[in-house]
Amino acid sequence: MIEAVYIAGHGGQGTLSTGQLLANACLKEGKFVAYLPFYGVEKRGGVSNCGVTISDQRISSPFVAEPTVLIAMNSISLEKYESAVVPDGLVIANSSLVENAVTRDDVRVVPIPANEEAEQMGDPMVANNIILGALLELTGVVSIQIVAESLKEVLPERHHGKIPANVRALERGAELARRHKIRENK
Amino acid sequence: MSKILMKGNEAIGEGAVRAGCRYFFGYPITPQSELTHYLAKRLPEVGGLFLQAESEVASINMVYGAAAAGARVMTSSSGPGISLMQEGLSFLAGSELPSVVVNLMRGGPGLGNIAPSQSDYFQAAKGGGHGDYHMIVLAPNTVQEMLDTMGNAFDLADKYRNPVMVMADGVMGQMMEPVDLGGDVRVEIPPKSWATTGMAHHAGKNVINSCLVIPEEMEELNLKLEKKYKEISQKEQVCDEYMLEGADIVLVAFGLVSRICMSAVEKARAMGIKAGLIRPVTLWPFPAGFIGKTADKTRAYLTVEMNMGQMIEDVKLAVCGRAPVYHYGRLGGMVPDVRDVLAEIKNLHEGDAGR
Repeated sequence: MIEAVYIAGHGGQGTLSTGQLLANACLKEGKFVAYLPFYGVEKRGGVSNCGVTISDQRISSPFVAEPTVLIAMNSISLEKYESAVVPDGLVIANSSLVENAVTRDDVRVVPIPANEEAEQMGDPMVANNIILGALLELTGVVSIQIVAESLKEVLPERHHGKIPANVRALERGAELARRHKIRENK
Repeated sequence: MSKILMKGNEAIGEGAVRAGCRYFFGYPITPQSELTHYLAKRLPEVGGLFLQAESEVASINMVYGAAAAGARVMTSSSGPGISLMQEGLSFLAGSELPSVVVNLMRGGPGLGNIAPSQSDYFQAAKGGGHGDYHMIVLAPNTVQEMLDTMGNAFDLADKYRNPVMVMADGVMGQMMEPVDLGGDVRVEIPPKSWATTGMAHHAGKNVINSCLVIPEEMEELNLKLEKKYKEISQKEQVCDEYMLEGADIVLVAFGLVSRICMSAVEKARAMGIKAGLIRPVTLWPFPAGFIGKTADKTRAYLTVEMNMGQMIEDVKLAVCGRAPVYHYGRLGGMVPDVRDVLAEIKNLHEGDAGR
């Protein structure tokens, strides 16, 4: 197993599309992947989580019970899933909406203010891909270029005009993660 | 051919199309709505017909009509919708009509919820409708297998003139995994000389009927069905095994739960516990033959199911008292955690379970 990523948030934040995009890109790289969504009956605002397992061998259980990476898109997701992360795992918190601090000291925490950054970029819809860009930079699981190619497959054709903005969001997220790494090393 | 990422529901739909199914009658219900969605678009592309019926009762009877005319036809639903179809399933069995019904199981009883479950095992494997009958029941555990099993389902339905149910828990419908669609599709649908295609197409009258008012005639049909079910039971039991070599604690699980159990078995083996897994691929006929052969080498069995313990009864019948059979289940749409399954295995290993 290379990574077990759990992406948690609420409906409308793009958690499921982020998971599908990541899975699709890793498949392009020849990895074994599994994507498993969990969501409530609400169209918007309900729980919307997914697990993505990326492996170099056949995947037994596709359930992400012990994530190596947790993406917490809001406070309640961090609260609920923080304890599940493996020791020395990674927590990427959407600091625009996550108000609570991570209580564990045996995980790496990287805050990314995705909503503010997305608004500054002129499109609040790309917040999820700013977070994904950070994940790609921090884990190196697959390149931004491959994810950009996957956008063509994952997004319905009517949204293909939005691909450049989403690629910029991925790059912005990666840059924010790089800056965080520099701060970590100081 | 390179692999593409597909949802389980889409894979079932594509598998059906590739198996030559050209007719779908159904009614959307979460967690199988993506399947109806997929076929609504896909069937017209291949000259087929997708029809959203007014209810599940109507759907299953439309399936009856199309099957009587010799078509490869299917429907799909989840929990409450499948319950509404039970009368129709009994009629399909009684009239010996080949057809495929897909159940993406959700939490119940009642309206329940849309979360994954395996609580319709009894209904499928023991017959939820009235009368003495069996459906062939197939339980895939990967998205690839959800695609591949559809061809098998239609072939078995035609071979035995019998309804076949493909059953998975709801989350498998929405799970995405890489799928190899394979090469050219060549479907051989056997001739159906019994089908009601009109006197221009067959000599003499073809009648499709399950109403036999004279008990002697009904018994004759029952005996004919019984003979067929015996043949299916002898020839069509299928199961998979995983790390069964030298195993003294044997897990039995189907569908997605079997994948969780594979992880648990891997972890147990890494701790030096000799655990293994048997995965029934056919829930009816249940692979009692294979499981029975393992009974003398097994210290204890553990069935892991998303229900209160349904398949455990069939495991017990197969083991026939030669080893204890335990159950671990999560209910209501909850999914067993691999760590909890491992804890159960450790309990059996360390405790005095078994002989």
